[in-house]
Order: sequence, then C-alpha cells, then structure tokens
Amino acid sequence: MKPYIAILSSRFRTLLQYRAAAIAGVGTQLFFGLVRMMIFDAFYRSTTADQPLSHSETVTYIWLGQAFILLTLFGVDTDVALMIRNGNVAYEMTRPVDLYKMWFARALSGRAAPMSMRVVPILVVAGIFFGLTPPASFTAAALFHVSIVGGLLLGASMVTILTISMLWTISGEGISRLAPALVFIFSGIAVPLPFFPDWLQPLIAVLPFRGLMDTPFRVYLGHLAGTDALLAIAHQVLWLLALCMSGKWMLSIGIRRLVVQGG
Amino acid sequence: MSQIVVEDVTKIFRVASRQPGLWGSIKGLVRRDWREVRALNKVSFSIGRGELVGYIGPNGAGKSTTVKILSGILVPDAGQVSVLGYVPWKQRIDYVRKIGVVFGQRTQLWWDLPVMESFDLLRDIYAIPQTRYRESRDQLIDLLDLSGLLDITVRQLSLGQRMRCDLAAALLHEPELLFLDEPTIGLDAISKLAVREFIGRLNKERGVTVILTTHDMDDIEALCRRVLVIGDGRILSDGTLAHLRASVTRERWLTVDLMEDAPVTVVSDSAAQLIRQEGRRFCLAFDPLQVSAAELIARVARTYPVHDLFVENPPIEAIIARIYGRERQLKS
Repeated sequence: MKPYIAILSSRFRTLLQYRAAAIAGVGTQLFFGLVRMMIFDAFYRSTTADQPLSHSETVTYIWLGQAFILLTLFGVDTDVALMIRNGNVAYEMTRPVDLYKMWFARALSGRAAPMSMRVVPILVVAGIFFGLTPPASFTAAALFHVSIVGGLLLGASMVTILTISMLWTISGEGISRLAPALVFIFSGIAVPLPFFPDWLQPLIAVLPFRGLMDTPFRVYLGHLAGTDALLAIAHQVLWLLALCMSGKWMLSIGIRRLVVQGG
Repeated sequence: MSQIVVEDVTKIFRVASRQPGLWGSIKGLVRRDWREVRALNKVSFSIGRGELVGYIGPNGAGKSTTVKILSGILVPDAGQVSVLGYVPWKQRIDYVRKIGVVFGQRTQLWWDLPVMESFDLLRDIYAIPQTRYRESRDQLIDLLDLSGLLDITVRQLSLGQRMRCDLAAALLHEPELLFLDEPTIGLDAISKLAVREFIGRLNKERGVTVILTTHDMDDIEALCRRVLVIGDGRILSDGTLAHLRASVTRERWLTVDLMEDAPVTVVSDSAAQLIRQEGRRFCLAFDPLQVSAAELIARVARTYPVHDLFVENPPIEAIIARIYGRERQLKS
C-alpha cells in the first residue's frame, strides 16, 4: 500500500498550496448557502403541510452540503486526462505500480485535499451565524465520520471510472458534462433527497449517488439511525466495491487495447 | 550471459484509414478500413550484461516500438522476449522494478513537485530502503551536479537540467538495465556532453547495461561500442562501429585546403572522386585498397598549392544513409 499512500500524500500536499482557490471557494459556498437557505425559508413559510425534514434539519443539511460540496463536483483527473490525450499514459506503465490504485489515489487526494481546506471555515461560520446544529448524538457523529469517508471513497471510485472511460472517448468532454448533472440531482446537493416525490424514491435508493452526501448528512441529523444507518453505509460499501471492481476491469481492457494498438 | 534476448519479434499496428473527402468521412462512420503497418518484422538480437548498445534508425523504423516492448509497455504479436529472465509485458510490475527508463521527450518526474520530493516519491514507489536510497541519491546528485536544483519544481527546470534530473530519477533504484530513448534530444552542446559523459561512466563504473536510441550520431560515436541499425522493421546491421563502416564501404575521405592566393582550380585525381567543394576546400573520396593515403596525399601535394589536408572516415550519418539507400534499392 505504501507507494499509493505516498502518491496520495504528495498530491495532497501539492493541492494544499492552492490557498487562494480555497478562500474563493469558501466565499462562494457561503454565498450560495445563504441563497439556498432563503429559498427554503420561503418554502417553509408558505406551507403548513408535514415535510420530510424539519426547517432546522433542512438548514443543517444545506450547510453540510455547502461545506462538503466537493464530494459531488465531478470532473475527470485533468493530469491523467492530458496523459491519455497525448498518449503518454503508456509510460505510466514503466512504474512498478498498479495503474488503477495509482489513479484512485490521485482521484481521492484531488477531492480530499481541497475539501479539507473548505470544510472547517464553512462549518464554523454556519454554526455560529446561520443555524447549523451539532450532530444528533454521539453515535450519529461517529457514524457520520465513517460515512463521510465512505462518500469520499465512493466519489473517488466514480472519478476514476470517468477517467478510465477516457481511454475510449479520448476527449472526455461529453462524459464530464453528463456525470455532474446526474450527481447534481441524485446526490442531494440540489434539493435534499427526502423532498423528492415518493415514486422516485426507489430509484434514488438504488443509485450510488445518495452515498456521496445524503447518507452522511442524514446520519448526522439522526434521520438515519441504528439499522437504517448501517444499511445506508452498507449501500455505500457495496457500490464502492462494485465501482472499484468494474473500474479495474475497464482499465485492464482499455490498457490491453492501448497496448495492442500502439501507444 | 545475455541479459536481453529478442527472438523473431513481430509487431503489427492496425491503423484506421479513411478515404479523403466528405464521402470518405461518411463511409468511415459505417465501416472503418484498417491498414496494417508492420512496425517490427521478425527482429532478433541479444545483448549481454554491461554492454552499451546504440539503437538507431530513421523515424518510423521501429525503434520506439522495440523500446516499448522491452520496457513492458507493448505486447508483440509474435516472437519471444526475455529480459533479465522476465517476459516484460507478462510480469510487468516485478520487471520494471529492475529497469530504468528515460524518454527524452517526456519527464518521469512530477511537474508540481520540487525535484527532491519527486525523488522521495520515487523512493516510496520503488520501495527503496532508506539507507540505500540516501546513498544512491547523494551519489547521483553529486555525479549529475544537481545540488542546486533540488528545491526547484520540475516545471521551472530548463530542458538540460530536467534531463539530468530525469536520469537521476531513473537510477535511484539502481537498475541493472537502462533504456534511454533520445536522451539528448533538444539539449544544448554542454548539456549533451554532460549527459553523454554520465552515461559513459555509468556503464563503465557501475556496469549498467545501456540501450540508447538516438538521432544524434555524435552520441553513438562517443558512447557505443556496438550499434544496431533498424530500418523498415528489420535489423539491417549489428556490430561495432568499425564493422558497420566496413560492411558498407571501405571508403575514406581526404579533405584538402588550398592556399589563400592559389589560382582558382579544381582538385582532382585519377584514383579519387571529388564529392564536395566549399570555396577552397575540397573533399575527395578514395578506396585505400586502390591507392594508399600516403600515395594520394603525396600526389595531391605535388600537383596543387596545398595549405592543409587531413584524412577521415566518412561520418556515421553518411554510412547510415547509404545503408538505407541500399535497402531501398534492393526492394524496388
């Protein structure tokens, strides 16, 4: 595992250099968080019906979303994308490492590093000024941590698959536009998933995208507790395994193609 | 003992070909025509421990394909390869641990990282024990004069600096075998000399086997005892530089400079052939079996107002060009 951890940590340290981007990111997320808060204020003021989340829960859900927004924003790994485009990807094979694990490590650090710089300031500001509440219980907090890690890994496995798919599409343009749209809707970042109509819920429950955000956030709120929380985390793990396995398989085919047709 | 054995290796690339024009594009959507390009055609050679072999050929001759097969990147369509007892593409991860690869056109380092951090990362990737790593790293830093570059990020290095760092990076794990694909491409004269000297020492002092592809014939003359010439996917010649020369031509060149104030004339001799004239400098080609150099020089010096003259072997470029010319003639 050591080489992959080294790749991860070196990439992580590199990305930590981008402080200006982090500050700008925090500002942007605070602004959009306020906008979304106002929209839901208006919504709760105009309804008397029972809602799947209380007003205060929704506020917390929104601010968690703003803080952890990088769990959802999807794009392929630009460095690897460039290598695939100019054919240099073949040279990656002269290193004594497994390509899938290396790309996965890159994808993971590419998400975790910028996120780690944004999370704390946003949570602090939202906690003091905008009504973010603490986790429902100690257990909820512990499980939240587990499922955030799950969400990170799940996201990295999705990014890795998108990157690998570029071995066929080369440009990656189409797929890196399509994927964020799906994620935007089905992860809960646009509208918290409990608000979606009942007929859509089975689909949402099966798709992997809820594992990115909705699962950890509802665990945090205590909405998913006990067996439900464990089942939701199991859903994350199952999808993670499935995506990693299919990613590895896709990569082996893609590389064979590359190798057969010339670099 | 042979470290590298290549037997009857054939590699065919399938290239999509499209007829020109709009109709061609439309047809291409439905049915692709594939053209086969034979990049390597039954190539065989073997290389022993500690050799420094030059591998030369024009663009598209199959040089890079061979290096890619030997470094575990490409799989050949037919034939056998054994390097250090491994089949490169089958046991890739174990195998590449034992070799070093430098591609002149591309860096193995990380653009965003300072050189030293790149080295540290390679230590982890190759799992080099700390003490051995420190020893080999410090030695390379010393040999390649890198001490001033270590905290600069790779993207800020000049090409010559980057190449020296790349060489170090490829050798940190002390490979027995080093593949260099055009290591001097684009370098200035001083950097070229530094790289060349380093490669020579590495081979002589550490006994590292080196396979060097290049278009720079000075690299070959300075470094390689043995030269493999490839053209159209086949090995055209394999042997020492002297052997390569002898196999093509016995010809030698006599260059004559006439006196400044000499009347304008043309230098010629019945036993030699004028191949070039630049102002007062004439170059004659002769066959030493027909006329000895001493005899020719004496005759020329008697007949013309000679200022200076010297005898040399035709440059290696001319020899290579002749091999390719001969091949093409044989084909047509």
